[in-house]
Order: sequence, then C-alpha cells, then structure tokens
Amino acid sequence: MSEENAAQGPLPVVDFLKLPEGGDPYLEGHKCKACDAIYLGERSICSKCGARGEIDPVKLGNTGTLYVYSIVHRSFPGIEVPYISAIVDLDGGGTVKGNLIGVDADPEKIEFGMPVEVVYKDALGRKDKDGNSYTSYFFQPRS
Amino acid sequence: MTNAYVVGIDMIKFGRFPERSVPDLGAEAALMALDDCGLKIQDMQALYCGNLGQANAMVGQRVLQQIGQTGIPVVNCANACATGATAFREAWMSIKAGVYDVVLAVGVEQMGRGLLGGSGAGKGIPKEGLLGSGTMPAVFAEAGQEHARKYGTTFEQFAKVSVKNHHHSTLNPKAMYQIETPLETVMNAEMIAYPNTKLMCSVNVDGSAAAVLCSEKKAKELGLMGRAVKVAASVLTSDPWQERDLVMPDVNTCTRKAAATAYEMAGIGPEDVNLVELHDCFATAEILHYENLGLCKDGEAGRMIDEGESALGGRVPVNVSGGLLSKGHPLGATGIANIYEVSTHLRGEAGKRQVEGASVGLTHVIGLGSACALHVLEKVS
Repeated sequence: MSEENAAQGPLPVVDFLKLPEGGDPYLEGHKCKACDAIYLGERSICSKCGARGEIDPVKLGNTGTLYVYSIVHRSFPGIEVPYISAIVDLDGGGTVKGNLIGVDADPEKIEFGMPVEVVYKDALGRKDKDGNSYTSYFFQPRS
Repeated sequence: MTNAYVVGIDMIKFGRFPERSVPDLGAEAALMALDDCGLKIQDMQALYCGNLGQANAMVGQRVLQQIGQTGIPVVNCANACATGATAFREAWMSIKAGVYDVVLAVGVEQMGRGLLGGSGAGKGIPKEGLLGSGTMPAVFAEAGQEHARKYGTTFEQFAKVSVKNHHHSTLNPKAMYQIETPLETVMNAEMIAYPNTKLMCSVNVDGSAAAVLCSEKKAKELGLMGRAVKVAASVLTSDPWQERDLVMPDVNTCTRKAAATAYEMAGIGPEDVNLVELHDCFATAEILHYENLGLCKDGEAGRMIDEGESALGGRVPVNVSGGLLSKGHPLGATGIANIYEVSTHLRGEAGKRQVEGASVGLTHVIGLGSACALHVLEKVS
C-alpha cells in the first residue's frame, strides 16, 4: 500500500486509452485491414472475418453519438450511484462504453443519438493497491 | 433418425434452500422425473447434468451417488443461463443419434442473492461505475433501450411484462412467488437500472428440474406414449460477430438464428405456436424476444404487451409459469424448467393456468456470452 511504488503520473484505466507524453490522450482501436472491423485492445486475429495478422492500430475519434444508456441506481457496495452507463458510437467507427457525465441522471434529459464528446479525467479518485492514480475517459454532451 | 420424446419430467418448487446441497436438489428433481414415467435409475443409459455454480465439481456423478451409482456415462455441462437447456439438448442428441434409447437430463442451481455481473478489479482499479456498468440489470436495460430507441417502447410497456408474469405466477404453485404486482407497484419499485425496477429483474432462487428422454421405439415398448411430448426441434446457437459486440452483448441475433432453424426443423411457423416460455431475465428482454421469436412483426412488441396478446387467454401466452421474473431463475435449472412448463400444458395438466388446447410450445433461453437454446415441443396426437 505504499505510495513509493506509485508510477510518475496517472496510468490509463484501460489498455486502449493512450496517454502520449506531451500529446493529447486518445482512445485506440485496432482495425482489420481485410474487413474494417474495429476492436478495442490489441489482437492479431479478426473475429469477424478470421483474417490473421491483418490488424493495425488506429486512433479513434473524440466525438460521437449516444447509442443507448441505462441509469444505474443500484450497484456493488462502494460504487457511487446514480450514474449513467452509456454506449457511444464514435465518429469514424468504433463503439465504446463508459459513464455519461454533465447531464442529469434523468431519462427526460437524455436523448438517443445526442452528440457527445470524449473527455479525459481522473478516474473518480480510484487508486490501485500501489497508490497509483488513473486517467479515465468519460462522455459528455456536445453542443 | 428416430423421433425423441420427453416421457417423464418434473421440477421442484423453486425457493431458497441454503441448508441443502446442489446434488441433493438435483437428485430430488431426478427422482421426480423418473417417478413421472415410472422408470428407475437402472433404466437410464446416460445422464446429462447442467449446473453452472459448481461446473468443475462433477455434479452429475454426485447426483448418482445419491440416487443410484449404476456406472452410466455422465456429461456435466455449463453454458451460462442456457446450461439446463444445453444438458437437455445433449440428451436429445444422444437419442437422435441412436446411441441410447432412454436417458436422463438434470438441471440444478443454488444461487446467492444480489446483483449478477459487473467486473472485478482485474488489473488496476475497479471499472464498475467508471466505465459504465457490467451489472446484468444495466446490460439488459441497455438492450431494452435499443428497442426503445428504434420503436419508442416505453418504461410502462416494459413494466407491463412484469405485471403479466407476476400475475401468471399466482396460478403456479411451483413458482417462487405468487404475488400480484399492479403496474404502479412495478413502476414505483426501487429503480435498479433504468428502465428496470427491482420487480422487473428475475429472482435468484435455488431450483432443479429433470427430464427423461426416450426414442420412439423404446417409448412404445415401455407403453409411455400416452403422456409423451415430442421434441420437434432442438437448436443451439452462439452469437455471431456484431459491430457493438465488445461493449453490448447481442441477445437478438443468436435468438433469431435459432428461431429460424427451429421452425424449419419442426416444420412449423411462429403462428403455429400456442405457448412460449422465453428468457425474461429482465422485463426489457421479454419485449425483444417477442420479435426475435417471430411472435409479432418487428416494432410490434409494445403493442403486443399493451393488447394482452402474450397474457394467458391471449393470442400466444408467454411465460404462463410466471417466468424467470416470478417463478425464479436458478441458472442451470431454468432451461429444463421451461420444458417442464410447456410439456405440462401439452399434457393438459397445467391446472388453473392451462393454455386450452395447446398442441405446440416453444422454449427459449439465453446464456450471455452468448448461447441461445430453443426447443419446439409437440403434443403427441
């Protein structure tokens, strides 16, 4: 539990969130050259078409639209509720799940298809056992 | 290929039995199914056992240790919520293949309480409530919201599924609950994951169900055709690749694929089906499956629940047992319990909830990850 083991800066919450030194954070997809399927996370075989060794990393877009959502009022102990679990189709391809922030947790205020942007912030203060802090991605409404 | 028949089938009343063991619960249903057709464990040529929670613990053999170790082959299987139906299908395949003439299928589960799903910490930090939700109520809420997005399906329409299934369960003494839940009660219950309230989530219960399957020749030889139910189709699918797969399990495509195959195998269409037991793990899911199973046209599921077409007495009653929502959902037992329900109607033995004149029924389960199992059952005329 010692802070001494902590890394220099915040770590990415998932492998497909990239935090380039001196650059802007982004989400990385892996795209099959044979069939254009997009994956989150590295892989070598495409589960859509079965092609091997045809997958390259691509930078995913920072804007998209809300596909669907649920407002979660009951979760596991220690998880703050309510929050909006959102599935977002990114412009340019790729679908990502995350928390939708910056809008009331009220179905009257949330619209299917609403434009959103991806923002990068601290992971709600959550730290790992070594005391590392994390950067996560969130979606927020875009005007 | 021979026809395969269910000649004996039963389930225990679903409930919470923390003092009992999984093999003990499985053994009870196994004996009930054997008694239902007057056969003994010594008559069984193989056992197919479905259980998820103790998938690595030889549950089938432990059932036999309780009711008769006859040395027959035992296959233990796990396939998420399709576990029981998969065990049944393995039994069916052994009959169809002509390997055995009479076999036993058992599905059993002992459940904890509380939320299923979500992700553990894995490496790093917990992702639940940070990268959306992996809890089952939220995952199926999102699946339902896809229908709402396409067709304008309302919270109230989803809630009506629970009103109906809870009502049905008041007529089923083997259901966990026999409690009416009016629309206001369902809609005002604790919101778990919008649009699923607590009363729109299936009940975690302990339970078991078992079936004896027989070839046509053997069933005739044993004089068991009188109450036999024909297994007209048995289909299992997995989920084909879908664009949003990585973040949104697709329960629709695998069901549609299974339904098309099942109807073709049985030589019928959805219009021929008199009752359905489908996978209402959450109220939102039932709406999707009306369309996935072809019980109505795409976009008409909301109307179907509004007009009572899926209620007992309606055009095609769905989940007259009370469904997973009120009968309860012991994961490994559910698939065979569904087959018990439909078989009971086809035999004309369903008492107060009998679907009059039922001659064809359909059962459906989905195990996330995904596995879809469908069975078409027919009355032997």
